[in-house]
Amino acid sequence: MNKSIMKYIGKRLLMSVITLFVIVLILFILMKLMPGTPFNDEKLTEAQRVLLYKKYGLDKSVFEQFFLYVKNLLKGDFGVSYSILKNAPISMLLGSRIGITIRIGLQSVVFGSIVGVLLGIVAAMKHNTIWDNISTFISVLGVSIPSFVFALILLIAFGREIPIFPITYDSSQPILSSILPTIALSTLTIAQVARFTRSEMIEVLDSDYMLLAEAKGLNKRTLIFKHALRNTLISIITILAPLIVGLMTGSAVIEKICGIPGIGSLLVEAITANDYNVVITLAFIYSAMYIGIMLVVDVLYSIIDPRIRLSKEDGNE
Amino acid sequence: MKERVLSIRDLSISFKTNHGVVNAIRGIRFDLFKGETVAIVGESGSGKSVTVKAIMGILSSNGFINSGKIDFTYHRDDEVVKKDLVQLSKKEMRQHICGKRIAMVFQDPMTSLNPTMTIGEQVMEGMIHHYGTSRKEAFKKAVELLELVGITDAQKRMKSYPHQLSGGMRQRIVIAIALSCDPEILICDEPTTALDVTIQAKILQLIKDIQKKKNISVIYITHDLGVVAKVADYVAVMYAGKIIEKGSVDEIFYDPRHPYTWGLLSSMPDVNTVDEELYTIPGTPPNLLRQVPGDAFAPRNHYAMKIDYIEEPPMFNVGGKHRVSTWLAHEKAPKVSMPASLKQRIEKMKKEAE
Ligand SMILES: Nc1ncnc2c1ncn2[C@@H]1O[C@H](COP(=O)(O)OP(=O)(O)OP(=O)(O)O)[C@@H](O)[C@H]1O
Ligand SMILES: [Mg+2]
Repeated sequence: MNKSIMKYIGKRLLMSVITLFVIVLILFILMKLMPGTPFNDEKLTEAQRVLLYKKYGLDKSVFEQFFLYVKNLLKGDFGVSYSILKNAPISMLLGSRIGITIRIGLQSVVFGSIVGVLLGIVAAMKHNTIWDNISTFISVLGVSIPSFVFALILLIAFGREIPIFPITYDSSQPILSSILPTIALSTLTIAQVARFTRSEMIEVLDSDYMLLAEAKGLNKRTLIFKHALRNTLISIITILAPLIVGLMTGSAVIEKICGIPGIGSLLVEAITANDYNVVITLAFIYSAMYIGIMLVVDVLYSIIDPRIRLSKEDGNE
Repeated sequence: MKERVLSIRDLSISFKTNHGVVNAIRGIRFDLFKGETVAIVGESGSGKSVTVKAIMGILSSNGFINSGKIDFTYHRDDEVVKKDLVQLSKKEMRQHICGKRIAMVFQDPMTSLNPTMTIGEQVMEGMIHHYGTSRKEAFKKAVELLELVGITDAQKRMKSYPHQLSGGMRQRIVIAIALSCDPEILICDEPTTALDVTIQAKILQLIKDIQKKKNISVIYITHDLGVVAKVADYVAVMYAGKIIEKGSVDEIFYDPRHPYTWGLLSSMPDVNTVDEELYTIPGTPPNLLRQVPGDAFAPRNHYAMKIDYIEEPPMFNVGGKHRVSTWLAHEKAPKVSMPASLKQRIEKMKKEAE
C-alpha cells in the first residue's frame, strides 16, 4: 500500500470524527431548544431540583454543559429517559438492543447483496431475454413495495398460515425469528444491487478487455468469474453505503412490526412517547453507525481497487 | 513453395440490428502466407475489424456468417491440419484456435487490459489455460516475453496493474499476451492508432522484429497507408464490406488501379506535401442496411460509368498478384489514369525507394 492511501485513510478518519462532533453539537442545541427539562415534575421540591440540576450540570454555563455532555457521551452515559422508563439511564434502555439491530442489519445487507448480485448477473448474461425481464420485474417490485408491507405478507404467510417462523421475535430463537425480518428488510437492497449489478455487468461484458480475454480463448466460466465479476463487484461497493442507510431507516418500522427488541422499535416508542432525550440519543447512535459504515466502505473500496490503491509508476517510454 | 496459412473465400457477414440487417461483409477473398504480412486498409466502417473478428470467432452476438470459408492450415505434431474456422463451434474455437494459434492485438491499449488484474496474471493466463503450464514455468516465460517486447524491469512489472503503465507500455503488454501461446497468426487491429507518433514507430518496429524472429504471419489493419508501406507484403483495400483492390505492396503503391485506392493514396500525408491541403475522398460510404446496386463506390467515383450503377464489377486480374474490382479495368472501358498529382507523388516515392 502506498503513502497516499494511508494519507487518504487518515483524512477520512479525521473527517468522520469532525462530522460526528458537528452532529453532537447539533443534537445538543436541539436538546437545549426542547421545552422543559427532565425534572419539571411538580412533585419535586426546590431542594431536590437544585440537587438534580447540580448532578447533571444544568446550573452551569451552556458551554460547560456541552463539554459535560460530550464527556458523558464518551463514557456511554446518555442521560435519562423522560417518559418510557422514567428517570432510568438511557444506556440501560439500550442494553442489548444495539446488537440485535446491527445483527439484523448485517444479515440483510449480506443476504440482499448476494441475492441482488446473482439476479443482476443472470440479467446481464441473459440480456434482453425472459430471464432479464424476470430479474427486472423483481427489482421493480423490490423498489416499489415498502419493506413493511413485505414484512406483513411474510409474517402472514410463513408465520401464521404456514407457521415455520415465529410471528413475533422470540429471544430464545434469535436466528430463526430474525429470518423473516431479514428478508423483508433486504428487499430494497436486493432490488438496487440487482439493478446496479446488471448495468455494471453489461458495461463490463461490453468492454475491450473482455473482448481481449475472449480472444485469449478462455472459457465462459473464467471470463465471467475471473474477469467480469471482479470489476463489477468493485463498483458495487460504492453503492453499499447509501443502501445500508436506507436499511437503517427501514429497520425502525420492521422492528416494530416484527416485535424485535432493537433500537429501531425503541425509536418508534420514544417518538410516540415524546421522549426527546431517547430520540436524540438514538439519533446520535444512528449517525455514529452511518458515519462508521461510510468510513469502512470508503476505506475498503480504496484498498480493494488497485487503481486507487496503487499510484501510477514511472511507466513512461 | 510458399505455405498458405489462411485462405478466406466468399466470406459474407451480416448483423441484425434494430433498423434491419446490416450486410457488413459482402463476399471477400484473400490469402495469408507463412511469415508474410497482409495489410487491410480502408475507411472507417469498411469492415476491417469485422473481418478479423470473424477469423477469431469473436463476432458480437448479433453478427452471423452467411456464407464463405476461412480455411486455416497449421501444424500439429508434424501433421498438417486444415480446418474451416467457420464450421467450428465457439467452444472448439476457444479450445484450439483463439489465443493459441491465432492471437489478436486491439486498437486501444488503454482499455484492452483488465484494470483489476496484474500484468503478470494477464500474460500468464493464456499459457496456463491452453497448455496447462505450471505457474512457476508461466511466470518465467512471461518475464521473458515482457523482455522480448521491450519492457524494462520485467520482473517488477509482472506485479504492476495496467493503470500504472503508459499507453505504449500497455500495447507492448498486449503484444506479449498475444505472443504468449506462440500463435501462427498475429492479427493487429490498428495497434498504433491510439498512440503517440513516436511510440507508433517503435511498436511497429517491434511487431516487425517479432514477426521475423518467430516467422509468424500477420494481418495488419490500419488506415494509415504510410504504415502499410513499412510492414506489408500484400495489401487488401476494403470498401463497404468488399475488397476492391489487392496485390503486392509494390503493385498497390506504384500501380494502383481503383479510383478509391487513388483517393486513399492521395489523402495520405507525406513529408513533402505539408503545405498542400490534404485530399479527402468526397462523399460518404453507402448505407449497408440496404442492398447496394452496382458498384458501391460509384456515387463517389469521379470516373463512374453507367454500368457502375447497374452491375457490380467482378475482380479483374491485372497481372501478377494484382486484382481490382472496377469496371475501369474492363477491356472495353475508356482508358483513364490516376490524377496527375498522384502520379507525381508516386514517381517521387519510387525515386526515394531506389
Ligand atoms: N455489432 C454490430 N452490430 C451492427 N453493425 C455492426 C456491428 N459491428 C460492426 N458493424 C457494422 O459493420 C461495418 C464494419 O465495421 P468495422 O468495425 O469492421 O469497421 P472498420 O473497418 O473496422 O472501421 P474502423 O476503421 O472505424 O475500425 C460498419 O458499417 C458497422 O456499422
Ligand atoms: Mg475497426
